[in-house]
Amino acid sequence: MLAIVDDNGVKRYLVTLNINGDSYTRVVKANTLLVNFLREELNLTGTKKGCELGDCGSCTVLMDGKPVNSCIVLVMEAEGHEITTIEGVAQNDKLDRVQESFVEHAAIQCGYCTPGMVLSAKALLTKNPHPTEHEIREAIAGNLCRCTGYVNIVKAILAAAGEQ
Amino acid sequence: MSDNYTQIGKSVTRIDALEKVTGRAKYTADMKFPNMLVGKLLLSPHAHARIINIDTSEAEKLPGVKAVITHRDVPDKKYGLSPARWDENIFCIDKVRYVGDKVAAVAAIDEETVYKALKLIKVDYEVLPAVFDPFEAMKEGAPQIFDIYPGNINTEIHQHFGDVDQAFKEAYYVRTDRLDGQRTYQCPLEPHATIAYWEGSRVTVYSSIQSVHYLQYYLAQVFGLKMGDVRVVKTYIGGGFGGKMDPSGLDFASVALAKKTGRPVKMFFDREDMFYNNRGRHAQFMNFTTGVTKEGKILGVHADFVMDGGAYTGLGVASAYYAGALLTILYDFENYKFDMYRVVTNLPGCGAQRGHGQPQPRFAFESHLDNIAEHLGIDPLEMRILNARKPGTMTVQGFKVDSYGLKEAMEKARDISGWRDKKGKLPPGQGIGMGNGGFVSGAGYAIYRTDLPHSVATIKVTDDGTSAILYTGAIEIGQGSDTVLCQMAAEAMGYRYEDMKIVAGDTDLAAHDLGAYASRQTLMSGAAVKQAGEEVKKLILETAAGMMDVSAGELDCRDGIVFVKSNPQITKTFAEAARTYFVKHGQLIGRGSYRPPKLGGVHKGSAVGTSPAYSAATQVAEVEIDRETGEVQVKEAWDVHDCGFVINPALLHAQVHGAFYMGMGESIWEEVLFDQNGKLINGNLAEYRLPTALDMPPVASELVDTVDPNAPWGVKEVGEGATTPTMGCISNAIYDAIGVRVKSLPITYEKIWRALKEKK
Repeated sequence: MLAIVDDNGVKRYLVTLNINGDSYTRVVKANTLLVNFLREELNLTGTKKGCELGDCGSCTVLMDGKPVNSCIVLVMEAEGHEITTIEGVAQNDKLDRVQESFVEHAAIQCGYCTPGMVLSAKALLTKNPHPTEHEIREAIAGNLCRCTGYVNIVKAILAAAGEQ
Repeated sequence: MSDNYTQIGKSVTRIDALEKVTGRAKYTADMKFPNMLVGKLLLSPHAHARIINIDTSEAEKLPGVKAVITHRDVPDKKYGLSPARWDENIFCIDKVRYVGDKVAAVAAIDEETVYKALKLIKVDYEVLPAVFDPFEAMKEGAPQIFDIYPGNINTEIHQHFGDVDQAFKEAYYVRTDRLDGQRTYQCPLEPHATIAYWEGSRVTVYSSIQSVHYLQYYLAQVFGLKMGDVRVVKTYIGGGFGGKMDPSGLDFASVALAKKTGRPVKMFFDREDMFYNNRGRHAQFMNFTTGVTKEGKILGVHADFVMDGGAYTGLGVASAYYAGALLTILYDFENYKFDMYRVVTNLPGCGAQRGHGQPQPRFAFESHLDNIAEHLGIDPLEMRILNARKPGTMTVQGFKVDSYGLKEAMEKARDISGWRDKKGKLPPGQGIGMGNGGFVSGAGYAIYRTDLPHSVATIKVTDDGTSAILYTGAIEIGQGSDTVLCQMAAEAMGYRYEDMKIVAGDTDLAAHDLGAYASRQTLMSGAAVKQAGEEVKKLILETAAGMMDVSAGELDCRDGIVFVKSNPQITKTFAEAARTYFVKHGQLIGRGSYRPPKLGGVHKGSAVGTSPAYSAATQVAEVEIDRETGEVQVKEAWDVHDCGFVINPALLHAQVHGAFYMGMGESIWEEVLFDQNGKLINGNLAEYRLPTALDMPPVASELVDTVDPNAPWGVKEVGEGATTPTMGCISNAIYDAIGVRVKSLPITYEKIWRALKEKK
């Protein structure tokens, strides 16, 4: 990996990340977090920061289809993997079925957990197209929501699963 | 009922659903402005200390740092949300009063530089003895936190209506119970952020705030600016629950840093900062004494409370009054005494969290009522039905209650939950409990004394009439106010929700409104919106009358179509009429304004608890306890709500789900803890335990029909009221399961385990 060192001796690395199918090449420090890279470097602000400790799931993105908390993933670790953010879920302005189901089932309130929830749900349904309600609850247990009590979110995911 | 309407009473899709589900919705921290700096507050590491000196010189020298400010750089005018006790400065001047108190702020080119600079600020403190317990704080010789609060007493309330002593003399049974609440936090998922920039003498502030009006007012007051020189804008807000009601240190500091640097400054709290700076729920320590007849009729109640206010007042005076004010709304009795001491301590200041001062007293009183019912050998639900307030009555304090469906809510909750087959009949380790609650549908008085209307609204129909824009200062924080207000506007105009747009929460572009607190917007903002819509409709009908050669009185307009009432086949579209109006007269605009009528009694503090309309709610929950570990599982819950006419049922039930969820968290898991030096122990979302999807039971949400005469279309609140019965409900269910009363919140596994052990 190409590294450059500035006058203060700080090392920076040239990285290329695959995000939502596109390649982005940037220079980052070794400790740059994926969430900050997405938000600050690429302006992909659909990935939210809620705790910056990996507790709340607001910053969930998919790494090779698996949900990860992008606030505890380094950019350096993300290189070579396919990253999907909420901006990459709808295709050409056409909502994904999970997104449609969230809209139809009133599963959105303040919307801050929504991107992470949608991505966790998407990861679940890709792996397990017909989950039980309990499996859905387990899959989103790492995504906190303070508004909905998860009631309509679970309903929305169940409904989306039923139609897949 | 909803058949009469085309736009309201329907579960239309949220107006912001698409933006939110795609991640396009921009919250304050998502926004960038050219040349923008990043800022952060320096917080006190001590709970109580005198500031001897602050040396910012090293921090200022760090490359990339553009400004370091302390109290010397900002006005020294005090502020607070409640004008009765303005006791807070932008930055501490002589003393810090809790770990997390605001000492200085830095603006720099990036976040990393900001954190480095904060470490370079040298503050010399003389550490003072601190006090963290309100009962210790009231003792003689305790450290004095403020000169203006001798004995650390911040607010003292003594109200007496009727004659409680006489009522106790006449009672068949008099019982006292002491129950304690805990300190909890709103924990909206979006941490608070603010961006400020100046253009000449004018400042624009983007903030995650529940009221743009109050923030505009307080910024103008503290900085000595004209209101017209302060523009406050909110974008999308990731939840509030009361935590974004008080102006935050970020709001003031970002304005000052932006002024000093001449650049936009973005500031934000991290999650731990949120626990230090958001004004969480007060811990209350509650003694209830109640006298009842043999049949369980309440004759008199004495509520004797102490509340831990933390270091500053904020909205806390209102919290203290709310704690006692609303008790008499639910149950009808003639003799009531309320004593309260709100005490300052060296912990973060407390304020309003969903339900304001009321949920913990509801927990205590509902638990207390079950104890009384058990002693009398009567069903606790039937005992409450005996005491439930009837519609069209007045409380002893002078609160007028028109529509009120608590009795019906209890009856329905009893029936749908299978209460009669379950109460006292479940197998060991399982239990069922109930609790009641409710709330004001907007406060009768603004937070500061003012003759301004509480809500105004403007509707502009676009030039060709194919869409209309509602301008409102009402604040969407997730509850759905943008959606229901557009439904209400469309209904009043005879228009279509799908063609409505909204501009909200911008003191320049939108219309004045007091904002999202006290569950006020559906009723109060709704009243202004309805009036504005009706004005538009009147102009449309007059214009169409000219076009159709009939009188306006012969016409009506629904769903975007103007028609002759006696012959609905004869029509014009709303858009055609609107365009004609625009050609003839210019912009088609409707305006509305709402102010509550004069409400309440004459005693001190009589303003708190007044409202045009009161909601009521009953919740029933079933729990199962692991008798070996004390683990609680909430298995199922039922909520029946009297919230008047419902504008959007899907959004309403979603509020109930979330309210029960929050109440359940506070019942069993949520409690913020501090060490012996006042430092947070669990200021994060792993150890401050918000329930997850695995903890949440099925919730049935049902309604009873009432239509309140004092509200547009008879609406009432739901968002806060639905969280007020939960803690009492779960407390009673746990008691039913184990036969021991855990007397403090949260009712943790450990407390249950210990209670079971002691019982053996």
